[in-house]
Amino acid sequence: MAKVNRKFIDEVGSRFNASACMSCGACTAICPMETGMLPRMLFRFTMLGQDGKIRENEDTIFSCLLCRMCEVNCPAEVPIAENVRLLRGYFDVHVFDLAR
Amino acid sequence: MSLPKKHVLGILADNLKLRKSVLPLSRRALTRWARGLDIPYGGETVLYTGHMYQLIPKIGAMANRMAKFEDSWIRRWMGLGRVINRGINLTRFMAHAKRKERRAYDRVLRNIALLLREAGVEFGYLYGDEMYSGALLHDQGIDAVLLPHARRLQALFAEHGVRRVITVDPHTTNMLRSVFPEMLDGFDVEVRNYLEVLADYDLPVKNPLEMGLTIHDSCVYARYEDVIDQPRQLLARLGARLQEPELSGKMTHCCGGPIESLFPGKAHEIALKRVEQLSATGCAVAVMCPICMVNLKGAANGDGPGFFDIADVLAGAVLDDPSPVRQTTDERKER
Repeated sequence: MAKVNRKFIDEVGSRFNASACMSCGACTAICPMETGMLPRMLFRFTMLGQDGKIRENEDTIFSCLLCRMCEVNCPAEVPIAENVRLLRGYFDVHVFDLAR
Repeated sequence: MSLPKKHVLGILADNLKLRKSVLPLSRRALTRWARGLDIPYGGETVLYTGHMYQLIPKIGAMANRMAKFEDSWIRRWMGLGRVINRGINLTRFMAHAKRKERRAYDRVLRNIALLLREAGVEFGYLYGDEMYSGALLHDQGIDAVLLPHARRLQALFAEHGVRRVITVDPHTTNMLRSVFPEMLDGFDVEVRNYLEVLADYDLPVKNPLEMGLTIHDSCVYARYEDVIDQPRQLLARLGARLQEPELSGKMTHCCGGPIESLFPGKAHEIALKRVEQLSATGCAVAVMCPICMVNLKGAANGDGPGFFDIADVLAGAVLDDPSPVRQTTDERKER
């Protein structure tokens, strides 16, 4: 069973905003990286506090182009690129120790 | 496999913290493009390069070197490289930009300054005081290191009384126009890109373009900063027959550049896909971002219709110098 870390969403940052995501899959279908993962599943893991799942997907998060192709096609207008950037920020601070 | 993120990002962050740039260059290398142009120092309106064009030849050389590290034993020693880099700027010795490349990117900046002058725009330049915008660290989410750098840049503008900035590339435009006003209190500088500025003027046409041109939109211009119509207006007014590739405008396809520092192999795959889309039009390609340029040119590897910075194309039609785009396409036809 997945472990839920309630602090995780606070650590990602208050600007993280994916509550409007309805998991329609437009972002995943149109992503030039063709990973099949970005970004809706990552956002769901984040909102559920599953930091372990997020850590497993380090390469997916850092290989996002931040090109916003997904964002301009998102029917719910989720700020996808900024969310991915905030997830990177979580790694920078809590995994790579780059905050100092 | 990616390069070790902790160490690669650590080196870039350390460089910004210690040396004010992710890949520090000498003052001479940063300002060489302006030699002989007699641009006034400082002023309320400045042309701000953000170092992107000057950095690209070095970034291109570094990317080639890093791509070789991706699957080699050296990647295991990058942690030690980071420790040494704090004392000695290792990135200075890791790769050297080719002279021809440096001149080509310097020429773009000169052309931008000359085009603005031709339009009658008055501007200054901060020369060696100018700083890198920090765009790469922002993309990687390293805000804790970026914030003090952003404050330094804000203080620089305040010290020089800068009120208006003319930027030359999409990434610096985005940082100064959209990111810093969110990140900093009181960042009150008007930011416009040179294409937006030039679109307000009727530039004199000395050598009409009279050729087919494909536009490659930068993701940052098109989807972050809404710079889509201005380059088209400028090129059309100068006589170009514009061709749109398979994906363009708001739906443009990325060049792969944003992941070059961590995933050089994947970045190359993305660039190849875009080169294929652009080449299908059969026309020379006008590019507006130095990062797009180095990635697309690298992927095309000399094949295809040719990639040209839009400033060089505009300069060829407006200034007295012959256009490098026209010369090169003619040479290709002769082959």
